[in-house]
Amino acid sequence: MTSDTSATLEALKACCGEIPTSEFRGDTRVAVTKDKLLEAMRLLKESRGFDLLVDVTCVDYLNYRDAENRFGLVYLLASTATNERLTVRVYLNEPDLTVSSMYPLWAGADWLERETFDMFGIVFDGHPDLRRILMPDEFTAFPLRKDYPLQGRGERHNFQRITRTEA
Amino acid sequence: MPIAEPTIEPAVDSNEDYLWTLNFGPQHPATHTTLRLVLKLDGERVVDAVPDIGFLHSGFEKEGEHLNYNQYVTITDRMNYISPVANNVAWHGAVEKLLGIQITPRCTYIRTIVAELARISDHLLATGAMGLDVGAFTFFLYAFYQREVIYDIFETLCGQRFHPSLTRVGGLAYDFTPLVIEKIRTFIKTFPQTLDDMERLLNRNRIFVDRTKGVGILSKERATNMSATGPIARASGVTRDLRKDEPYLAYADFDFNVCCATAGDCFARYYLRMAEMRESLRILEQAIENIPAGPVNIGLDERKTLPSKAQVYQTIEGTITHFEMVMTNRGFEVPSEETYGAIESPNGELGFYVAGDGSDVAYRARCRPPSYIHFALFPELIRGHTLSDVVAVLGSLNIIAAELDR
Repeated sequence: MTSDTSATLEALKACCGEIPTSEFRGDTRVAVTKDKLLEAMRLLKESRGFDLLVDVTCVDYLNYRDAENRFGLVYLLASTATNERLTVRVYLNEPDLTVSSMYPLWAGADWLERETFDMFGIVFDGHPDLRRILMPDEFTAFPLRKDYPLQGRGERHNFQRITRTEA
Repeated sequence: MPIAEPTIEPAVDSNEDYLWTLNFGPQHPATHTTLRLVLKLDGERVVDAVPDIGFLHSGFEKEGEHLNYNQYVTITDRMNYISPVANNVAWHGAVEKLLGIQITPRCTYIRTIVAELARISDHLLATGAMGLDVGAFTFFLYAFYQREVIYDIFETLCGQRFHPSLTRVGGLAYDFTPLVIEKIRTFIKTFPQTLDDMERLLNRNRIFVDRTKGVGILSKERATNMSATGPIARASGVTRDLRKDEPYLAYADFDFNVCCATAGDCFARYYLRMAEMRESLRILEQAIENIPAGPVNIGLDERKTLPSKAQVYQTIEGTITHFEMVMTNRGFEVPSEETYGAIESPNGELGFYVAGDGSDVAYRARCRPPSYIHFALFPELIRGHTLSDVVAVLGSLNIIAAELDR
């Protein structure tokens, strides 16, 4: 199950310099800075064979003990040929929540990044169609952020209601 | 009949107003659940399709940050409700990876068996509903009869047909009884007959083949690039199956094949699901006769599972563990770490990205939903085909809106 990722880490180091690497239960995680992200991902896809973008998600560390950064963006990569897996993390802080989109590399990033934008308000630079996907367009908050309460803030009552005659 | 490559470009400006817009859903029998498509039509050809989703969004991931690791299993039931046990297994597989728990051999076998039953049940619905949508009603009835048998097995196992919530951290809520094993054995004996009948009904059925062959073609490169996994990717020639590639649970012990097709059209996706059901049956046959004896939950010493009622009332360790587990300020220790655990669910790779923060409630419980990722493929699969092909493509992708929106 655990695949050997040392060659990949070597290649990443050659490309982006020293990067923090950690391992937990067989998952190898690397943290890259956001200006190096596109470069690192291109290297991973084109020369290390990570052709499957498994998931894009985000963790809001607002209430997390000893957290230094507000948001941790997570890219889960896999290779269909070697079954190697790699987790790439990018830490973001307010006010600059912009990161380059992975759409040019993996078209599958389209909806995954839209969902991350919808839920956390992370802006993906270069995404062709960055709109809300699950929440209604007129929604103003980012519901998966930790400062958003479980039961909402009453946005539901402000939804525009269209009557039968107006439709 | 193969249909020529789509030649019509999506309309960009208003001088193409001969195109008309059709609203498909959110309430439409062929969407099966609640999703909406805005189709742009040129006569009967679909020029473009814009999916509009979110009607069933109910904040499952937000709930995951407020319910503890055992409670959240009831929410995972409601994601892909066609094969809920697969979600249970995926969720607790990821949680146990985070906690570093090694479950007992009996538990791995039982989880494997229920996951394979869920796969058969899911594929029966996927192929059955696809058949129903393109006009094969008898086929649908054959499929649903066998789904009832699987529901009966789950009802015998845990008293719930639709939402079993079977797994717990470090084990299961219910162990197999001899009656359950007998019912599964009967199912294994009787099911191949139905499968043969189903294949005879559709595999060479002229109407069905004409409506599905060459429709909604997905190439191998495009499938991987669009993050497709599971039957959708395997029907396009991607040989990825986590059961073989990253053997989890007891899959390494069994002899089975990974099914693949190369055509990548709706018929290939149907055919692949039928073939996968046979492989699942092979796994079931081997697993049900080899269930190891022993406990189904991990030991009390680990303080991760609730002890049985007999242990609570008759032993002091059981009583203490029970109180330690249920008191709100105790629970179990969770590392402040993040991990991703995935299984090959019937629909594709179903994974949970779980972040722990020391408490027994997940800090973040992200679900990687295969339906969501596969629905993104829909517009490019349908472009250039006719309106009646919409239901065939939708059926072949097996979109479950509860998982799509979560």
